Amino acid sequence: MKRRPWFLFTMLAFGFAFFYIPILSMIVYSFNGSRLATVWGGFSTKWYASLFSNRQVGAALVLSVQIALISATVATILGTMAGLALARFTKFRGRLLFTGMVTAPLVMPEVITGISTLMFFILMADWVGWPGSRGFTTITLAHITFSMVFVTTVVQARVSQSDRAIEEAAMDLGSRPWQVLWDVTLPTIFPAVLSGWLLAFTISLDDVVITSFTTGPGNTTLPLLIWSKVKLGVTPDINALATLIVLAVGAGVIIAGIVLNRAEARRARDERLAYRANE
Amino acid sequence: MPDQPAPFLRIDGVSKTFGTFQAVKDVSLTIAKGEIFALLGGSGCGKTTLLRMLAGFEEPTAGRIWLDGQDMTGVPPWERPVHMMFQSYALFPHMSVAKNIGYGLKHEKLTKDQRMARVREMLDLVQLTPFADRKPHQISGGQRQRVALARALARQPKLLLLDEPLAALDKKLREHTQFELMSIQERTGVTFIVVTHDQEEAMTLADRIAVMDKGQVKQVGAPGHVYEHPDSRFVANFLGSITQFPARVSSVATDRATVEVPAFGATVETGLIPGLAAGEALTLAIRPEKLTILREKPAGLNAIPGEIKDLAYFGKDSLYRVILPSGELISVHAVNAKREDNRPDWYDKIWLGFEPASAILLRD
Ligand SMILES: Nc1ncnc2c1ncn2[C@@H]1O[C@H](COP(=O)(O)OP(=O)(O)OP(=O)(O)O)[C@@H](O)[C@H]1O
Ligand SMILES: [Mg+2]
Repeated sequence: MKRRPWFLFTMLAFGFAFFYIPILSMIVYSFNGSRLATVWGGFSTKWYASLFSNRQVGAALVLSVQIALISATVATILGTMAGLALARFTKFRGRLLFTGMVTAPLVMPEVITGISTLMFFILMADWVGWPGSRGFTTITLAHITFSMVFVTTVVQARVSQSDRAIEEAAMDLGSRPWQVLWDVTLPTIFPAVLSGWLLAFTISLDDVVITSFTTGPGNTTLPLLIWSKVKLGVTPDINALATLIVLAVGAGVIIAGIVLNRAEARRARDERLAYRANE
Repeated sequence: MPDQPAPFLRIDGVSKTFGTFQAVKDVSLTIAKGEIFALLGGSGCGKTTLLRMLAGFEEPTAGRIWLDGQDMTGVPPWERPVHMMFQSYALFPHMSVAKNIGYGLKHEKLTKDQRMARVREMLDLVQLTPFADRKPHQISGGQRQRVALARALARQPKLLLLDEPLAALDKKLREHTQFELMSIQERTGVTFIVVTHDQEEAMTLADRIAVMDKGQVKQVGAPGHVYEHPDSRFVANFLGSITQFPARVSSVATDRATVEVPAFGATVETGLIPGLAAGEALTLAIRPEKLTILREKPAGLNAIPGEIKDLAYFGKDSLYRVILPSGELISVHAVNAKREDNRPDWYDKIWLGFEPASAILLRD
């Protein structure tokens, strides 16, 4: 058993390299003094400066964050309800159809979702005169519909694992179903709801395909802006923007990890103490 | 048991079917106020299902449940004056011990002070005052069990349902908690229905027990009565140990019957059961402690010859396995009441004696 699994190590190394070298090189080149992406022209932070003075980027960022906040929140509310229904009401008419319809968008190519959503908006505009023009509202609606699926999946998985008896106990002690939901179910599944929200938020924040189908003139989200700029060639200010995004995401992941670890460690310690101190 | 008071809980022909499977079959029971009633039976016999129908989590497929004169049909769990202590305790993991106990009280018209006083009273009752601010995962299994009990008692229910309340505790804590449960029941006066599959626990705790099998109630009565007068082979076997033999009635007199037992190679005298007739085939059962091991053939007792096949000496008592002339085995439990060196030993030829009234005749 002394033999090193060198094959695995090599594959792992290649995997990591494949994933991280582009990101690293992007970060390095964001400090490139030269205008050409492939020629090193000395260290400089001028692209960051130009980024911060770029009105277009600022507006796109604000729009993206607004859409992501609203769509993630609405998707979380709807997705949580759907997840609860799927996990808890094991028997209702049309359950199979409902399950299928809820989860189909997970495997549907985004282009299809995008086109069908666009068709829907066009038909709606024809029949009821709404939406008159596409933009903020239509993007948000489209994001809600497809990110809701992810929330539903996460919440459903969590609820099916949780103990039905604690809800029954609350009901037994005099709470009506709505109150049980509020007092017991939601607090116990809260971590899943929160991670569902984060998932919906990130999905909305970096979506290109569906957004490009449902946007209208003058409504450019950050991913759309980056996409359209890159079509004209990768410029160092895009590298700078991407670097900032990577840093923000990295910081978020690390903070979330620390917070979760602390909570888990505290729980484990409490439990140990409880067993030692009692009886 | 004194004579039957007016029924407080009446279960009237209740059945429950899941799909095509009948989990509870035509159960009828009456339970008096302030009683501790135990439901006893093997795994999957429908005990939990019956409790869940009382709590309102399941609607009976047929039959009715009356509590304190009120028909419970269609009354949702949150409106029933019935609380349940769950097998898994089902404590709210995100609430402290005190919050758990006080949870049901928010549905009562109480001031904050009254509510807190009630929680303190409950904490005191189950001796958990020092743990009031802990979360359920910060206390031990036995303490969780007491929190669950206090939470179920806090609203002063008319009826408390306990589903295997002691199953998760170790043996020592379990015996201690049995007596605690009984004393709490005595102090609060709440009617308890306790589900268990441990017969000793049922006999210790309960005023009356119901033995269930495959969804049906086989027999109901005081523990002593059910133990001494089982009316079916299932109940006889389920409560304590017993040895059973096929038998045939040879003659019936006014106060006793003569029964032929092929395994004994002899006829024995027994008590009567209603409708006994000569020629009837039935089962004769006898409990190990009702048999006496004797060196000489006794007079005035039923006597069967045998040889000691196996024995276990525990000090205060001994357990013997005796082989009968027919080759069948019978268990004998003897209390070592006298200080004696010449106890029956392996391969000793002995006689087994028993009173006619000790033999149990079973038809079912
Ligand atoms: N919701 C359900 N759907 C289908 N079958 C069920 C359901 N609940 C219980 N049963 C069946 O009904 C029977 C009785 O179950 P129940 O839980 O009442 O048993 P129990 O006497 O409490 O057993 P245990 O001692 O193991 O807890 C079992 O065979 C069980 O599989
Ligand atoms: Mg059970």
